[in-house]
Amino acid sequence: MAHSGTDSKTKTKQDEPVLIGKAGDSLREAFGKALVKYADEFPEMVVLDADIAGGTGTHHFQEARPDRFFQFGIAEQNMMATAGGMAGVGLLPVVTTFAVFCLRAIEQARLSIAYSERNVKIVASHPGLDVGPDGGSAQALEDLAAYRAIPTMTVISPCDPLEVELATRAILAFDGPVYMRSGRSPARRILDESYEFEIGKGRILRDGSDVTLIGCGVETARALDAAEILEGEGVSARVVNMSTIKPIDHELVKRCAEETGAIVTAEDHNVYGGLGSAVAEAVAQHAPCPMELVGVQDVFGESGDPEELAEHYGLTGPHIAEAARKVIRRK
Amino acid sequence: MTTDNLETSREFARQIRRDALALLYHAGSGHPGGSLSSADLVAWLWQNELHYRAGEWEREDRNRLVLSKGHCVPIIYAAAGNSGLIDPSEAADLRHIGTRLQGHAHVGDTPWVETSTGSLGQGFSVSIGMAMGLRHRGIGSRVYAIVGDGEMQEGEIWEGAMCAAHHGLDNLTAILDYNKMQSDDLNENIMGIAPIVDKWRSFNWEVQEIDGHDMEQIASAVAKAKEVKGRPQMIVAHTIKGKGVSYMEGVPTWHGSAKIKKDEFITALEELGITNEDMKPYLNGTFWNGQ
Repeated sequence: MAHSGTDSKTKTKQDEPVLIGKAGDSLREAFGKALVKYADEFPEMVVLDADIAGGTGTHHFQEARPDRFFQFGIAEQNMMATAGGMAGVGLLPVVTTFAVFCLRAIEQARLSIAYSERNVKIVASHPGLDVGPDGGSAQALEDLAAYRAIPTMTVISPCDPLEVELATRAILAFDGPVYMRSGRSPARRILDESYEFEIGKGRILRDGSDVTLIGCGVETARALDAAEILEGEGVSARVVNMSTIKPIDHELVKRCAEETGAIVTAEDHNVYGGLGSAVAEAVAQHAPCPMELVGVQDVFGESGDPEELAEHYGLTGPHIAEAARKVIRRK
Repeated sequence: MTTDNLETSREFARQIRRDALALLYHAGSGHPGGSLSSADLVAWLWQNELHYRAGEWEREDRNRLVLSKGHCVPIIYAAAGNSGLIDPSEAADLRHIGTRLQGHAHVGDTPWVETSTGSLGQGFSVSIGMAMGLRHRGIGSRVYAIVGDGEMQEGEIWEGAMCAAHHGLDNLTAILDYNKMQSDDLNENIMGIAPIVDKWRSFNWEVQEIDGHDMEQIASAVAKAKEVKGRPQMIVAHTIKGKGVSYMEGVPTWHGSAKIKKDEFITALEELGITNEDMKPYLNGTFWNGQ
């Protein structure tokens, strides 16, 4: 299904774009282009922006479908609640802004979207340390936790441009409020054209028997890096792309816990409340096993290149591999 | 407007005041002051501009009412109960577990409330979204939003004010229930909102100022608002908190969550024209029977 190429500079033929998500595209670019691609299939879909269409990738939609693009200015709370109103009169609003501003407008998402039973899609770019040089004020390390705690809200963090494209179609077709992360930095293409996305399902990208590495977003690629490192040491690591954080795939988590006996989660997010917590909740309920949680350790980020930040805060492949060694010792 | 329309709406206002108080009496908590101050505004809209009747409210081309001051939802339940949208058996359900009449508006099981409100400022934004969405879809309906004065202190209101004017939403009419009081005290002692008319004018809204208990002025302002092209309209309606019940009028403690005692409820019903035997259904929670 997937291969574990570790360097976007050494692309092989199978890295060539199959659909619109090109190797090296950022997730936000893939998202913006996906909106254009699915515009005809979802005629009720409208896109809402708060003065950062260039940042979220929705400028592609703005250029292609200006009549279905609504500008709200730098006023995210009004935009979020307004989306609820639009859905109330039969439209399919896609609200877009940076992840950190989705936190600012979270109470509007809670009351005017989720509690009002409105079919709105919230798509957040610039999540986590991946934001890079803008620094800690712009790096949303809490969004998965916060949105996961809203009843009825589905939470998704795709791992590469192809999955963004597939997930965009899936959330538009899905009836219910969704929070989805895209991403700012160029992303490695790690999935091939046979990949199937389904809301609520994790996918095994690489099988293994000693430990399971579960990633989402940009961390899935780094989990594949870790599996390569571990393979060189004779450790067989399974890699799961858990792009739906809520509802978490209980069945797959249980299977991984039972079959490999140890789990490492990896996310570009605070270790509290996001993917690691969701997996730990499932593990605790179904098949308790040792776990290690890779993520930002309850601190705010700082300015820097995204890759440098990932290294500094312990999110890269070698760190995930180290967590795997640690969790295997605890088996 | 005709004299008949005005008198029908005045009588409807009296009726929904009684029913809202009865709901609150049986609930044991809630917000009577602001429910009563908005009763005349709701009554005119309900009778003349909205289509919230059983078998009719689902019409896609209906005009919408959003009660942004969601804590005053008993006045909407009272109007809905009088339109066959709430079963008589639910008359004493407000704020009780296992029932659909939630303490603040929840659209889920009462879809004709249009949106869930209660966190201030949000209903106003939702009404903007409805107006934008209806226009986008080519549906010529109007959206009415009843907004509170304390609510004007929310930043989201001014985001929305800017947005509705920028997009030229002439299918949106907001009505400020300007009763001058909020939860703890008078607006002016908490966070002054004056000069409120100037504020809305400066945000490029068409603004009218009326007595929000004078049915003729309400009718005239709503009619004039419908004539405005290219701009959203604000009707600043001066009202009295607790209007219609002498001991509640202008008394901040009746803003919210005060339990209405039986003797107080009886006095209120008497002042609203209900006496003797007619009072029984209100006291035993069967006041929508036969509607």
